[in-house]
Amino acid sequence: MEIFLVNLIAATLRVSTPILLAAIGETYSERAGILNLGIEGIMFFGAFVGFFVADQSGSLWLGLIMAILSGIIAGLLMGLLTVTLGVNQHVSGLGITLLLTGLSLYGFRLVYGGRSTPPYIPSFQAITPFKDVPILGTISSQYLLTYITFLVIVPLAWFILYRTRFGLNIRAVGENPEAVDAAGVNVYMVRYSVLAIGGALMAAGGAFLSLAQLGAFTHGIVAGRGWVAIAIVIFGNWSPVKVMGGALIFGGTFALQLRLQAMGLQLPIPYETFLALPYVVTIIALVLAGRNASYPAALLKPYRREG
Amino acid sequence: MEINEKPRWRLIKTDNPPFWVKPLIPVLALIGTFILTSGLILLANANPFDAYYYFLFAPLESRVSLLEILVKATPLIICGVAVTYAFATGYYNIGAEGQLYAGAMAATGLGMALVGVPPIIAIPVMIAGGFLAGMAWALIPALLKVKLAVDEVVTTLLMNSIMAYIVSAVLNGPWRDPNSGWPQSPDISPTAVFFKLVPRSRLNFGFVVAVVLIIILWIVMTRTSFGLKMRAVGLGKPAARFAGINVNKTILTAALISGGIAGIAGVAEVAGIHFHLIGELSPGYGYTGVIIATLGSLNAFGVGLAALFFGLVDTGAQTLSRAMGVPVYLGEVTQAIMLLVALGMLLLQRYWIRRM
Repeated sequence: MEIFLVNLIAATLRVSTPILLAAIGETYSERAGILNLGIEGIMFFGAFVGFFVADQSGSLWLGLIMAILSGIIAGLLMGLLTVTLGVNQHVSGLGITLLLTGLSLYGFRLVYGGRSTPPYIPSFQAITPFKDVPILGTISSQYLLTYITFLVIVPLAWFILYRTRFGLNIRAVGENPEAVDAAGVNVYMVRYSVLAIGGALMAAGGAFLSLAQLGAFTHGIVAGRGWVAIAIVIFGNWSPVKVMGGALIFGGTFALQLRLQAMGLQLPIPYETFLALPYVVTIIALVLAGRNASYPAALLKPYRREG
Repeated sequence: MEINEKPRWRLIKTDNPPFWVKPLIPVLALIGTFILTSGLILLANANPFDAYYYFLFAPLESRVSLLEILVKATPLIICGVAVTYAFATGYYNIGAEGQLYAGAMAATGLGMALVGVPPIIAIPVMIAGGFLAGMAWALIPALLKVKLAVDEVVTTLLMNSIMAYIVSAVLNGPWRDPNSGWPQSPDISPTAVFFKLVPRSRLNFGFVVAVVLIIILWIVMTRTSFGLKMRAVGLGKPAARFAGINVNKTILTAALISGGIAGIAGVAEVAGIHFHLIGELSPGYGYTGVIIATLGSLNAFGVGLAALFFGLVDTGAQTLSRAMGVPVYLGEVTQAIMLLVALGMLLLQRYWIRRM
């Protein structure tokens, strides 16, 4: 039982990482008033670009960097549509998801053909700082990216959003763009910035899947993790620390479900129940919050400068 | 003050663009799309002009692929119509995908039960069942929207994922066909299958349903007071409320019709194409429906045209893939680029470049 729990905690951290990265990215953009439904496609594109570059160059880090760059470009494209052109955010986001999913699949088929087994690359190795300590050793045996996500990305997001002028601007743009503009802040610039940061984090989440977790690129590699991230951002009330909590809860249920399946246990309920749980819980959370749900007030609203 | 400023090109906002701008937009969007996709075709070592022949013209030359275009357009038309009802009312239903599967589940359940029931009864029962199931699945987000003001974009989106797991649970559990290695349901009763419109093709009664739904959409939107109410609410809730329209009731009704019609798309796929339920029944028709409704500018015939064009692109991508080895995913990419270019072009309608 103890080994089961320790392994479960270790797996939870691993499984949560890509979702948490993407969810923090989505938190930035939603805080500035942009719902980025391109998230699913950007993660997929990041997974593909990361894998492709790493495979061709032999460098996993170069793969990760190019994935992040591609995420930034995708974020800026979303900015062009929703910020500059003021197009409906959900339609733009779904369009970007469709575009990047199609582009990734097109590129993959072009380079690797239609083979039935995916090509594999040697993936990132876990680091083991406390190798000889019994329980901590197993739990702390994680990818460097997992460490960076939990110990750098999340605290940094909190710090930026709540302790810097830039963060204040982000939150203000998400609540009342007119007032921020009147105060001399460039609303467009803030929104473009968060979309670029968000795109980078989403793509990094995707690249984690192909470069660390799997060492391959498959059609089902993202499998709705982007939509989970959207749910977690709401569940976490647009706060990085609570979003981390949400990602851990989801990661935990997912890892538990995998383990129970692997053990061949006959459960009285289908294992899909665990998978659907985060979505159900998020909807219930929205119901309970009701009219008090603290959506950024300007979410989904394009901002047009008059005159 | 600005007298000394040099004349330069500017974007001017205008409410009345020249009359020839609107029809020009799809043409320009097409040209823009083809320029952008040519790069991808060149990457596949193919000549873009040859490729476009296979992509957009070859499918129109053979009877088999012409019928296939209509087959592929069927779920896109139905989902496009479904999304249009909601979007026209300003209710952003992203949940057509889940509602489609709800309808597909109802069609499968009823289809398996209606053994020996003549088609004249079985088919209407399945369509009605699919409509009700889609409606039921759309009910929760719609109620949350009108009762608690919970944003529908996120809830409808999340409901899609929940439905995907329900379908998976059913296919791995009670409905799993013991004779198949794949998670799929047993076939529906032969009497519940949609009849073919053309023998030895895949074109079936589902296409008729799609056309009827387009005509109904056109009538509702242009000839009924409910259509007028929906459009009024879509244009602005406060003004609609001021005009005495029950805004919440209108939104709820539009959302339920939208979900119900998306459910019919699921019925058409089960009864017309697959004859059983599978997890991969829809490669995202519900999401494509959002794109079709947008490209068709929420107009019944626009939706029909956009869906037929997407059917052509899907069919052409297969023809092109077979003929020149260009990956079939070019179809998906083309559809996405077309949407994004068209969204950008819509700006031409509102902004106009002037030298001043």
